[in-house]
Amino acid sequence: MKTWAAHLAVLALLLAAGFLLSPYHMTNLARILVLATFAMGYNLAFGYTGLLSLGHALFFAAGMYAAGLPIWHAGLAALPALGLGLAGGAFAALAVGVLALRTAGVSFMIVTLMFAQAGYLTLLYFNATTGGDEGFALPATGRRLFGADLSTDVPRFLAAWAIFAVTFLATLALVRSRFGRVMVALRENEDRARMLGINPFTTKLGVLTLSGAASGLAGAAYAILFGYAGASFATIQYSILPMLYVLLGGAGTVAGPLLGAILMFMLIEAATEVTSAWMFLVGAALVILVLFAPKGILGALRTRLRGLP
Amino acid sequence: MTSLLMPTRRALLMGAGAGLLATALPAVVGAQAAPIKIGFQLHRTGIGASYGRWYERTAQAALKLINDGGGIAGRPVEILFEDDATDPKRGAEVVDKLTQSDGCDLVMGTLFSHVVMGSAPRAGELKVPYLVCSEGYHVASGALNRWTLQPGITDVRAQISTMAPWVSANLGKKVTMVFPDYAFGHDHRDFFTKAMAEQGGEVIAQIAIPPTETSFTRYFPQIPAETEVLYHVMVGPAVLTFVKELGEFYGTGAKPALFGFVDSLEAVDTATSGLEFLEGSHFWEAHPRVKPADAGEHEAAYRAAVGVDDMGASVSDPADISTYSHMFSTWETLYFIKQAMEAAGYTGPADRQKLVEAMEAITDLPYGLERPQGAKLFNGKTHQVFGAQYISKVEAGKLVKVHSTTIDEGLYPDAVDYTAMSF
Repeated sequence: MKTWAAHLAVLALLLAAGFLLSPYHMTNLARILVLATFAMGYNLAFGYTGLLSLGHALFFAAGMYAAGLPIWHAGLAALPALGLGLAGGAFAALAVGVLALRTAGVSFMIVTLMFAQAGYLTLLYFNATTGGDEGFALPATGRRLFGADLSTDVPRFLAAWAIFAVTFLATLALVRSRFGRVMVALRENEDRARMLGINPFTTKLGVLTLSGAASGLAGAAYAILFGYAGASFATIQYSILPMLYVLLGGAGTVAGPLLGAILMFMLIEAATEVTSAWMFLVGAALVILVLFAPKGILGALRTRLRGLP
Repeated sequence: MTSLLMPTRRALLMGAGAGLLATALPAVVGAQAAPIKIGFQLHRTGIGASYGRWYERTAQAALKLINDGGGIAGRPVEILFEDDATDPKRGAEVVDKLTQSDGCDLVMGTLFSHVVMGSAPRAGELKVPYLVCSEGYHVASGALNRWTLQPGITDVRAQISTMAPWVSANLGKKVTMVFPDYAFGHDHRDFFTKAMAEQGGEVIAQIAIPPTETSFTRYFPQIPAETEVLYHVMVGPAVLTFVKELGEFYGTGAKPALFGFVDSLEAVDTATSGLEFLEGSHFWEAHPRVKPADAGEHEAAYRAAVGVDDMGASVSDPADISTYSHMFSTWETLYFIKQAMEAAGYTGPADRQKLVEAMEAITDLPYGLERPQGAKLFNGKTHQVFGAQYISKVEAGKLVKVHSTTIDEGLYPDAVDYTAMSF
């Protein structure tokens, strides 16, 4: 009960923060919440189940294009497009998982990376339909939800917060369920889990599909809330980003991806104020973190505070 | 009798008035002298970095001249450069930061098309003028919004269309195109094929090269033997390999005439070892890198201000080749902003809509120090500018201008009327 209360308090805090911040920071918080949703999806696979994927950009992009293309070409509304995005991410993850989960460890990383790269090149190849590397701006008609214009600050923030909140609470429920304990069992000792009667393949496939669904939902939300879809979101950079958020905030913690996304955003903002070599500063900060807090911030805290989910 | 402790009513009023005046004066002076802040979305890192460095340098040079000449409507101008890492997601964040956090009056400077596409929606939401220096067809195609304009450089559709008549008349009518298999290459494929057909020529083969390709030899056998002109627009580091392998493929035997876009060789010395095969070939240039003998009267002043020598290299380092065919766009965009702000009587962000309307009302942009690349025609409906283009030939490793097009050759029917769109 205390855990649920703590997580609900985080959501309340985020909602209040959105309205206390300036419009500039409110929009940035909306960006952070969508990217944190993506990272929560990644965390299910990597943080809880030990599936180190380098292909999550494919799931994010699958959601982005599953939502964006029907809006662009057929004038679909935002709500069904979000649903399509979620389904697109889940389907891509299921399809990749069926093949990639026959491998493990480094091989799994390489296979997922290759699938993501193939997805990226597919977007470029079908340039006439997808907009290729240039991408496309979403029309205003596809950026309305329940009558609200998602291109304006408050509705956009509320939509981002709602999407984040649903994923956040669903993740909490999942990791505290029996299935969640099975995920952790697989991460900790797959052989022992198998001896207990758990089917590693189907469990991992289920987790990867859920992870893809959250990633796809985030991709769809990013396109709809910020009005642009492009192939750059399918590049390796967008497979690395959620991993960094998770590592920074704490792998295998529900709030870790959020904390990681917030800190990374703040780090970039602060570094760009100080120097034009901001990427160097961000990189150095991450190296220091990995050296001194390899489990991430919440991971390090959990070793001190028992009971953190 | 009056004293400091017992002042008269008149003295009190005079004192109060003087005090108010003294308090208000700095504010008035401050308001008049408050600088116009221009946000510059800069490709300082990422794949556009070589362009970004020269875009910054050219913009700084124009800024100095504008400020030395009294600024804009008597107000000093400052530019806030912010790196977008040549990434569309970061690009949108940069537009946000420059506008909302830094308080810039407008944003300009973006080159790469995907960054423009990713950033323009946010500029539209913030209702801030967004002046791109990208040459992409995305503005004139109608894909963007009322707040996005391209007043400093001709778009790729017009550039390509003006090349076809000369290629057809001077190099040959049977063309094989080799291009990167993404949007930039597809623009060339589509617009040049159409333009050649209109000239009675024909594109007999289109060879699309995947963007991840690092060796090109296996594609060359696809070039039909009857090819008279090989049109190539490879970009990035691959271009050196491409040209070298093409040279090895043809050897000293007969070869088609080569025609390319200088985008392939921006910031690259044409006399670089391995590029010998380009000798005698032709390139499109927007602004001739090597100063032509008949260059306009303002060419020397422009080069001196930016710090570029007659070969198109940095005056401080002859090996540092500029992105000469693109960077003038930042210079000309700054002068376009000055012209529009002064015409609109721009005083601050509340006048942004008025500013865009003033920009849309501009048509003729005559040649001068404000436009060193040449005179231009701005189409307020499509938010796109049109200027003359050039063709240069590689002679002794140098690009020598051999042909100039007219502005009219690049004009095409409007695909959009942004002025009919709401703000």
